[in-house]
Amino acid sequence: MNKWLTPRSSLGLVLVAAALIALPFIAGMGGQAWVRILNFAILYAFLALGLNIVVGFAGLLDLGYIAFYAVGAYTWALLASPHFGLHLPFWAILPIGAVLACAAGALLGAPTLKLRGDYLAIVTLGFGEIVRIFMNNLNAPVNITNGAQGITLIDPVIIGQFKFSATSTIFGITVSGPQKYYYLLVLLALGVILVNYRLQHSRIGRAWQAIREDEIAAKAIGINTRNVKLLAFAMGASFGGIAGGIFAAMQGFVSPESFSLIESIMILAMVVLGGMGHIPGVILGAVLLTILPEALRYAVVPVQKALFGEVLADPESLRMLVFGLALVLVMRFRPAGLWPSPERRRELAEKVR
Amino acid sequence: MSDLPVLLEARAVAKHFGGVKALRDVSLTIRQGEVYGLIGPNGAGKTTFFNCMTGLYVPDGGGFVFAGAPLVADAPHRAAERGIARTFQNIRLFGNMTALENVMVGRHVRTRAGVFGAILRNGATRDEEAAIRRRAEELLHYVGIDDRADDLAKNLSYGDQRRLEIARALATEPKLLCLDEPAAGMNGTETEELRVLIEGIRADGTTILLIEHDVKLVMGLCDRVAVLDYGALVIEDVPAVVQHDPRVIEAYIGVAA
Repeated sequence: MNKWLTPRSSLGLVLVAAALIALPFIAGMGGQAWVRILNFAILYAFLALGLNIVVGFAGLLDLGYIAFYAVGAYTWALLASPHFGLHLPFWAILPIGAVLACAAGALLGAPTLKLRGDYLAIVTLGFGEIVRIFMNNLNAPVNITNGAQGITLIDPVIIGQFKFSATSTIFGITVSGPQKYYYLLVLLALGVILVNYRLQHSRIGRAWQAIREDEIAAKAIGINTRNVKLLAFAMGASFGGIAGGIFAAMQGFVSPESFSLIESIMILAMVVLGGMGHIPGVILGAVLLTILPEALRYAVVPVQKALFGEVLADPESLRMLVFGLALVLVMRFRPAGLWPSPERRRELAEKVR
Repeated sequence: MSDLPVLLEARAVAKHFGGVKALRDVSLTIRQGEVYGLIGPNGAGKTTFFNCMTGLYVPDGGGFVFAGAPLVADAPHRAAERGIARTFQNIRLFGNMTALENVMVGRHVRTRAGVFGAILRNGATRDEEAAIRRRAEELLHYVGIDDRADDLAKNLSYGDQRRLEIARALATEPKLLCLDEPAAGMNGTETEELRVLIEGIRADGTTILLIEHDVKLVMGLCDRVAVLDYGALVIEDVPAVVQHDPRVIEAYIGVAA
């Protein structure tokens, strides 16, 4: 069965591993800001892979995915900050965040999973907004979330004496906070990739695919579609919760405005742009959509100065313009995504014929 | 045949859609091991009967007793769990999954690996997965399309799609296999091959309920036949009797020809 570990693929694996290890130091040469961007790329890849379970595997359009991220982030913020004076360790908070997000997923899923397509999308969109508005308003009569001001001074990830937020020297190499988080994120991302892959090629993964293809036929052969869909929702939500926790720890600050609708749409765009249901595609989509806008921000001002001698459009508004254009172009020329799964590519190629 | 135990009993099943009475107190009995034909003109309520039995519709009156216990008409997946499998009049395969995967999905209801099994991929899960694959391959071979195992279901020929749908239904280990017009759109050769396949399934011990328009196929294959017309049962008897019943000839001109 070990067809994976041919000499060639092992060499590839070693090279990828080496690149992943070296990356934060290469990015670090351009400043720690680039390492942070890199971290966000991985965090978004993690989120996108979580959403991929719901959208890509089970075919359920979820426009409120950010709500679960928010639940995870606020769980960490409340359990590890001076706000309530609680400072639980990460190994306690992350599972709690995942479980709470999972519960939120089940809470949203149970009444709504009879809905299909557009209707489900609208309800999930509403749910995402409800969670954000809750976070915004739960500061009275009892101050739970501190409202729009958000929660500050959140604990970083600390393992024993090892603080992820501070720079330290390990074996004579200076490793900055963001670089440490990078390795943590890579580990988590590898975990979610493994989970995605294994779920996809399992009894459950096949059931999700069957529901996506034909729900009535899936019911007729004995798949409990409600439970299996709920499972997809809950699984996706738990990953959102874990990502949210790491986000809160990394930033040290959370506020409701980090969890707006546009974030949900961005994550969905990563999944769709990369290639729905195809793990490498989703990762590519997430990395591209995180890094490109940042690169654009650095490039726009000098390019405009060189061309026109003045700055005509500010980077922020151009970002949305380029983003929209990219989406339109991808949908026009690569409707299955930038890196679709082989089956999906075949499927769309046939339709064109 | 009358000494065989009863597998399915329909008791005064009624279903209406608005003012249209699709089923009027239909009662019939299917015995273990027989091929039972359900015929009737278009719109007579055959598929509605199927849908009530397999849980896609909830009957407005009456009910079913299956293998000695009432069939609770609340969720379609329960019917499959109890041992009722079906195919669809307009084939409903999982088009973008391979033929093999389609049959593997059919094993869902008889297997148990959950999320944790899938993620940890422990020994039990791996064994189960291998067994699912093996059984699916056997079934593809059984219906005679094992050479198309890795093709997408939607790329199969029409006859092969019908066969694949039967293989997928068989994967759920049904006690009762319900075929909704399996010969529709088939040519003579394909229909004959289908007849051989259905004979084989019966010989292997599965009871079959057959909705069909192809009169020759029904009369040649079925042990007993029920005729529906305007949602009501006209007659339930052996083909030789049904064929010559004047009510049937009236309801369904061409049956006796």
